[in-house]
Amino acid sequence: MTTNIQDSPRTALSNPPVQPGQSNLGQPAVRRSSAGGPVAEQPTPLTEVAKLIDVSKCIGCKACQSACIEWNDTHPEIETNVGVYENPHDLTPEMFTLMRFAEYDNPDNGNFEWLIRKDGCMHCEEPGCLKACPAPGAIVQYTNGIVDFIHENCIGCGYCVSGCPFDIPRISQKTHVAYKCTLCSDRVAVGQGPACAKACPTHAIVFGTKEDMKIHAAARIEDLKSRGYENAGLYDPPGVGGTHVMYVLHHADKPGIYNDLPEDPQISPVVEGWKGPTKTVGLAAIGLAAVGSVVMGLFSRSAVADEDEHQAQEMVDRAAAGLPVDPIPGREQV
Amino acid sequence: MARRVYSEPGDRIVSTAPVAVNRYRGWTRLNHWITAASLILLALSGFALFHPSLYWLTGLFGGGQTTRWIHPFIGIVLVASFVLLFLQLVKYNIMRREDLVWARRFRDVVSGHEDRLPELGKYNLGQKFIFWGMFWLILVLIVTGIMVWEQYFGGLVTIPTRRVAILVHSISAVLILLVFIIHVFAAIWTRGTLSAMTTGNVSGGWAWRHHRKWLRELAGRQKVDPAE
Repeated sequence: MTTNIQDSPRTALSNPPVQPGQSNLGQPAVRRSSAGGPVAEQPTPLTEVAKLIDVSKCIGCKACQSACIEWNDTHPEIETNVGVYENPHDLTPEMFTLMRFAEYDNPDNGNFEWLIRKDGCMHCEEPGCLKACPAPGAIVQYTNGIVDFIHENCIGCGYCVSGCPFDIPRISQKTHVAYKCTLCSDRVAVGQGPACAKACPTHAIVFGTKEDMKIHAAARIEDLKSRGYENAGLYDPPGVGGTHVMYVLHHADKPGIYNDLPEDPQISPVVEGWKGPTKTVGLAAIGLAAVGSVVMGLFSRSAVADEDEHQAQEMVDRAAAGLPVDPIPGREQV
Repeated sequence: MARRVYSEPGDRIVSTAPVAVNRYRGWTRLNHWITAASLILLALSGFALFHPSLYWLTGLFGGGQTTRWIHPFIGIVLVASFVLLFLQLVKYNIMRREDLVWARRFRDVVSGHEDRLPELGKYNLGQKFIFWGMFWLILVLIVTGIMVWEQYFGGLVTIPTRRVAILVHSISAVLILLVFIIHVFAAIWTRGTLSAMTTGNVSGGWAWRHHRKWLRELAGRQKVDPAE
């Protein structure tokens, strides 16, 4: 028997349903689609979800990476150890999430801190990738906030790479389509939490409704503050309308120290200009020029007169006869 | 025989009754049409990725993936063929003093009073504008195009640079299409011009009217029978 998955995102902590379920994501839940792709007329109303990553609890074990590889059945290349902890060295088309390690010399208290951040798609409320994408329906956003790449519509142009404020999407040289974290949309659709959250041994990664995650984060921040991290806070950047992956940072005033987490991420004004005025004004200009020239061409022309032919004939004949063909005085040069 | 200043090697009077003048040799015409075809294909494939309402144009190329793949290669073909056109014609497209007068009296050009203008060589200022407009825009398009050519040059420039490159690429593409529209319009509006790029010849009257210095030089270079 199948269970109808209610609109109740479960945290990775609670026991998810084990019965086969009906997916609640898919076309009926699409509220936004790239390049004017199809959106549901009345999208299924779902509660906004979020993944919360508490970097203060992370021990850098990379269980989340392993779980991600396993669930998504990707095969990251085995690389060479160059003396850093990151493995692989960057996000790749086969590695959707990556532990980034930073060694931070805290100038305020002289402490040496090891900052570990799980990098990956932030699932922006206002996704730059979706804005930049030229292929209809290749990037969608569901009503629960998850931003998903629909690979069969992707053309591999890399515009999403330019659009993303977090440097997340990667284009595969094998399949020529873009990849990134899906927030395990295929698991969330049937009431499961993301694989990384499921695997995290310290519960540094938790998943649930965005409201619940904010409440959970507030308690964590209070705890951190009581332990001396007075700048502890939630990273839910308003420049992109908030995100569906949030961080609890012990130094929320300095996100940059966590391997260049952007201070105030937003869709670049260059991308906005490209996808805004350039697109519409450019097309209008070309359209007007084309129509204008056709209209002008219908009403006017420059034609060669018989007199011109006659003059040319005379000049050529004179020259052929060895006579001079000097220009009309005053018109030769200016 | 008079030295050539205004005419290319190959430009010559091919018949005297009536006068017909060869303006472009066969391979120049072929090369021009390769450039033209490439530009049209680039415009169609570029338009498809430029505005969602034109995404259907990807169907002409066999889908979005193929369009994305083929567009830069057509760009390479265009650059290769345009470089040849450029090298061949740059000498005749240098600005001259008479071009300034032509610009000042542009109204006479439009109203058909070219007799009030100085005599011109192979190209007038309008044609030179097309030439240099194409040159600079193609240069910008190929440079920015390579910067955003994900498949082979994905890591060439940083993401912020790539954003600027793609914006500049789009704007330049719009501008080059405007130049292209002016080019096609002028070639049709000025009757008698198109044959220069089809058969290669123009009539004597056309040359007299629009490029008299060029015609004069060619007239002076005709083979004269030594017996005369």
